[in-house]
Amino acid sequence: MQMYDMPDERGHFGPFGGVFVAETLVEALEELRVMYEKYRHDPEFLAEFAYDLKHFVGRPSPIYHAKRLSDKVGGAQIYLKREDLNHTGAHKINNTIGQALLAKRMGKPRVIAETGAGQHGVATATIAARLGLECVVYMGAEDVKRQAPNVFRMKLLGATVVPVESGSKTLKDALNEAMRDWVTNISNTFYIIGTVAGPHPYPMMVRDFQAVIGIEAKEQMQEMIGRQPDAVVACVGGGSNAMGIFYPYIDVEGVRLIGVEAGGHGLSTGQHAAPLTANSPIGVLHGNRTYLMQDEDGNIIETHSISAGLDYPGVGPEHAWLKDIKRAEYVAITDEEAMTAFHNLCRTEGIIPAMESSHALAHAEKLAKTMSPDQVVLVNLSGRGDKDINTVARLANITL
Amino acid sequence: MSRIQSVFATLKAQGKKALIPYITAGDPHPDHTVPLLHALVEAGADMIELGVPFSDPMADGPVIQRASERALVHKMGLRKVLGMVKEFRASNQTTPIVLMGYANPIEAMGSSQFVALAKEAGVDGVLTVDYPPEECERFNQELASADIDSIFLLSPTTEPSRTELIVKQATGFLYYVSLKGVTGAANLDIVEVKKRVAEIRQQTSLPIGVGFGVKDAATAREVAAIADAVVVGSRMVLAIENSDATHLITNVQALTKELRTAIDSV
Repeated sequence: MQMYDMPDERGHFGPFGGVFVAETLVEALEELRVMYEKYRHDPEFLAEFAYDLKHFVGRPSPIYHAKRLSDKVGGAQIYLKREDLNHTGAHKINNTIGQALLAKRMGKPRVIAETGAGQHGVATATIAARLGLECVVYMGAEDVKRQAPNVFRMKLLGATVVPVESGSKTLKDALNEAMRDWVTNISNTFYIIGTVAGPHPYPMMVRDFQAVIGIEAKEQMQEMIGRQPDAVVACVGGGSNAMGIFYPYIDVEGVRLIGVEAGGHGLSTGQHAAPLTANSPIGVLHGNRTYLMQDEDGNIIETHSISAGLDYPGVGPEHAWLKDIKRAEYVAITDEEAMTAFHNLCRTEGIIPAMESSHALAHAEKLAKTMSPDQVVLVNLSGRGDKDINTVARLANITL
Repeated sequence: MSRIQSVFATLKAQGKKALIPYITAGDPHPDHTVPLLHALVEAGADMIELGVPFSDPMADGPVIQRASERALVHKMGLRKVLGMVKEFRASNQTTPIVLMGYANPIEAMGSSQFVALAKEAGVDGVLTVDYPPEECERFNQELASADIDSIFLLSPTTEPSRTELIVKQATGFLYYVSLKGVTGAANLDIVEVKKRVAEIRQQTSLPIGVGFGVKDAATAREVAAIADAVVVGSRMVLAIENSDATHLITNVQALTKELRTAIDSV
C-alpha cells in the first residue's frame, strides 16, 4: 500500500495549498519553512514539545466511552476523545506550544495570533505568558462582543487584544489584520496561526502539532477495544482538530473519516460556513488555494454559524484534498442540530461541550443510529463549552 | 513596443520620470472612475494603476481597504472594472493601465477568460499581489501570449537569488515596495531604497517603480531621483475619500499636479 505523503515541498496538496502571499511575506515564510524542516524531527525539540504537552497541557487526554449517550441514541458505541480536558479547554493549546517553542528557537520575542471564538487566542496568550513572549491577538469586533469572557482571559494572561473593525469583523478579518502586522514587524515577530490554513508551511505544521490527538487515539482505542473505530468524527472550521485526529488514521483501512461543517441556518439558506459540503468553488484566500465561499465576482461572502470557531469561509487545503481523493467525507450540521446535541451531552454524560464540538456530536448521533451496537464511532470532543454558556443562555432568553 | 515600454522610452528620452497614481475602481462610486482616469491623465499621470476591489485585501492598509469596501457596496466586480478600462480606452489609446488586485477574482472568472477580456478592454499590465512567480507560471504565459505585461513586486526582504527568479518572469516594469508593511504604512527610508534600487539595477534592465510609502511631494521628489517611476496609492485614495462629489476631480487633479511638479523638478 502506498503511504500517504502530503504535501509536496512547496506545500501543495494536489491542486490545493501553496504559498499565495505578497512578496513582502515570502522571505518570512521561507525562513519559517527552513526552520520548521530543521526542527520537526529534532529529538531535543520534540522532547521539549512532549514535555510541555504532558506537564503543562495534561496529555494524554483520555478517551471516554459515552455509554448513556450511546444507549439513548441507540446504535453504535460513541467514544469521546477528551480534548476538552486540556489546559485552556480545547485542542488549540497543542499547536500554540509547538509554534511558540519554534518562535523561541528563531529568536522572535513577539508572537501574534488571530482568533475567532477566542480559544486560539487564549491558547496563544497562555503559552506566551509561560515563555515570556510579548503577545498581540487580533479578533473581529463582532467576536469580541460574542466572546467577552475569552477576551478577558487573554488580558489576564498579559496579551493585548486588538478588535478588528474591517470587513465582516469576524475571524477572516482578524486573519487579514494579523498578516498585516506580520508584514510590518517581520524581523521580531512570529505569527502563530491557529488552524490548518494559511500559506505553507502552516497547514502542514499545524497538522503535525495537532497529530498528537490521533496518535494517542490509535493507541488508546487499541487498549480499550482491541481495534480501531469504524468512524472518526470531528468538526471542521479551518479544520485543525479534525486534521489532528484524521492524519494518523489516513493510512488505516476501514476507518471512515468524517468532517462536520457548520450548516448554520441550513445549506439552502446560504447562511452557513460549509464550503466543502455546499460544493463551493475553488479559490485563493489567506495564502492558500482551497474550496471557498464566494460570490460570482470572487469576493468572499459572509458566513454564518452559531459557533464563532467554525465561522470561516474557507477550509484547510488538506481537507479539500482529502475530500477530492475521497479519503474523508464532509457533512454539515445546522445550528439547531448542534444545540440539541449540546444539551444532550450535558444531560446524559455530565459534559458541557463546546458549540464547535457539538456539531461533531450531532453528526455522530445521526451516524450511530444507522450502525449496530458492536460498532464504534470516535468523536473528537475538541473543546469544552464554558465559553459558550452566555450564547446558550441568550438563545434561551435567559440573562445571566 | 508595448504601451508601457513606449511610455518609459519616451520619458527616458526626455530625462523625466513616470508618475503612476493608483485609484480603486468604483471608489467612491462607479460613475466617477472613468472621469477620474481621464482627469489623472490630464493632470500629468503617465500611467495608471487601477485597483480591482476585493473583500480581503491583505497586503493593503486601512486606506485602500476602505476604498475597496466603498466600491464593493456598488457590487464593483472584475467584469465591471474591465468595462471601465474599455470605456477609458475608447478615447485614450496612449496611457497604460495596470490592473492591481488579488488572485481570487481572477480565478473566479477563470484566468484565460480574464486574459482575453483584459486584452479586449485594453489593459496593459497586471499586478496580482498574492501571485508570487512560483504560483502563477501558467497565468504568466497566458498574459505574455496576449502581450499584457506581468508586473511583479520586489520587497526590502527579497534576496538577490529571488530577485533573479522574479526579473526573469517580469515584463513592463518592476515595482519595488519601499518599506516593510502594507500600502500607506510608515514613512519610507530613502537611503535604504536608494541602496536596494541600485542593487536591483545590477540584475535587470527593466524600469523600476517605487511605491508603498510616497506620502507627499517631497517624498515623491526623493523617490523620483532614484527610480524610473513613482507610484502613489494611499495618498491618492485619501484625497478621494476626503472629497465630496463636486470637488473630487479638482482635488485629485491638484494633488496629481503637485506630484508632477515635484517629480519633474528632479
